[in-house]
Amino acid sequence: MSDYYKRDDLKRFSEIGKFGPELANKFFDYYNQATGTDSALNQREKALIALAIAHSKQCPYCIEAFSERCLETGCSPEQMMEAVHVAAAMDAGVTLVHGVQMQNHLKKLGA
Amino acid sequence: MILEVIDESCGSGDVQQFDFEDACLTNSLELSPLEISTLQVNITKLCNQACRHCHVDASPKRKEAMTRAHIETCLQILESHKQIATLDITGGAPELHPDFDFMVIGARRMGKHVIARHNLTVQLDGHPITGESKEYLPQFYADNTVEVVSSLPYYEEYFTDKQRGSGVFAKSITALQRLNAAGYGINEKLKLNLVYNPAGAFLPGEQSALERKFKQELKAKFNVVFNELYVITNMPIHRFKKQLKQLGQFENYMTKLVNAFNPSAAQNVMCRSLISVGFDGQLYDCDFNQMLDLQVAQTEPMTLDNFNYEELLKRRIVFGSHCFGCTAGSGSSCGGATAG
Repeated sequence: MSDYYKRDDLKRFSEIGKFGPELANKFFDYYNQATGTDSALNQREKALIALAIAHSKQCPYCIEAFSERCLETGCSPEQMMEAVHVAAAMDAGVTLVHGVQMQNHLKKLGA
Repeated sequence: MILEVIDESCGSGDVQQFDFEDACLTNSLELSPLEISTLQVNITKLCNQACRHCHVDASPKRKEAMTRAHIETCLQILESHKQIATLDITGGAPELHPDFDFMVIGARRMGKHVIARHNLTVQLDGHPITGESKEYLPQFYADNTVEVVSSLPYYEEYFTDKQRGSGVFAKSITALQRLNAAGYGINEKLKLNLVYNPAGAFLPGEQSALERKFKQELKAKFNVVFNELYVITNMPIHRFKKQLKQLGQFENYMTKLVNAFNPSAAQNVMCRSLISVGFDGQLYDCDFNQMLDLQVAQTEPMTLDNFNYEELLKRRIVFGSHCFGCTAGSGSSCGGATAG
């Protein structure tokens, strides 16, 4: 497992374009526009959303990058932790709502 | 090309690879003096606080203070140089100097714009040694139309107290309310500007966005108003540098600064239009060089006593790796961001 998730690999993100620069460039343009600009949502709000998703997807690179982005855009640790709780609550809710699927199936089986 | 240099600003024996002059050369930047519009004078290192990121290492234990004679020389220089329109008084807590009021009144009498770097809490703490009250300050500032510039690292207690000490946030809010009551931030002539700097090893965000958030939060929670928020980058020197080293973040932080080098911000670095004066009358290109004891580059050391405006305009500004702190991202100066 020690060969995976090397911290320095975060700095090499742009290398995903090595064998397909055209698509990578389109992705980075989109990514930067979506996450790094003030529009209907400001950059601070976007950083908190990204931080929540980083936790939900359990991406260590994104957690590091967006923890720092949150600080840079003026978030407090309290606000960041609350975003993580939103992610955790959503993850729990997503799991639990499937309980209805289970119950539907039980009903089908007459259980 | 990255050069390996031994840089005084990183401390003796610190071999590292952050060469500011090389970055300027690469970007075809010639950062020579443009004018001297501000005389920034550090009149004392005494402070009622001992903040984690203070590049002056100011504290209640410091005793360095400018003599009355040198304060009078500062006023004479201001009087004889119409080009120097602004006196920027800093410290420590400059109000703890016994001749602070004299200096402010003197400069205002000649029509100079006076800025006081006011840490807010000194209003309530008073003098840490004599116990002398400083509650008069808001009215004194208002009476003399002094621009007040005050550090407030965050609009909530956590980051402010973490950086400036327990209880500082609550006292700062009370002090801001007292300034508002004296007309600061409300009366058009009474400017109250706040300074934000990050509470850790990260770069500050965009100034206007942070200013909006600060204004919204301080108004809603404490009914505090102010004019502008100056966003500044933490300088990797002295206490902050020590903290970076302790966290194992020094190289990482320097790399962030270097990678964020912005030629447009570099064009407007404050050392091109300012002279910094130490408590002992020595002259420097900026307050950071002063704290690193990097005096203005002259064949003869220049002090208040042989101040020469024309010669100073010809000087070569002394740069070091810490200068990347002023050129990262939107830039950083005593007046906040420098990139347009």
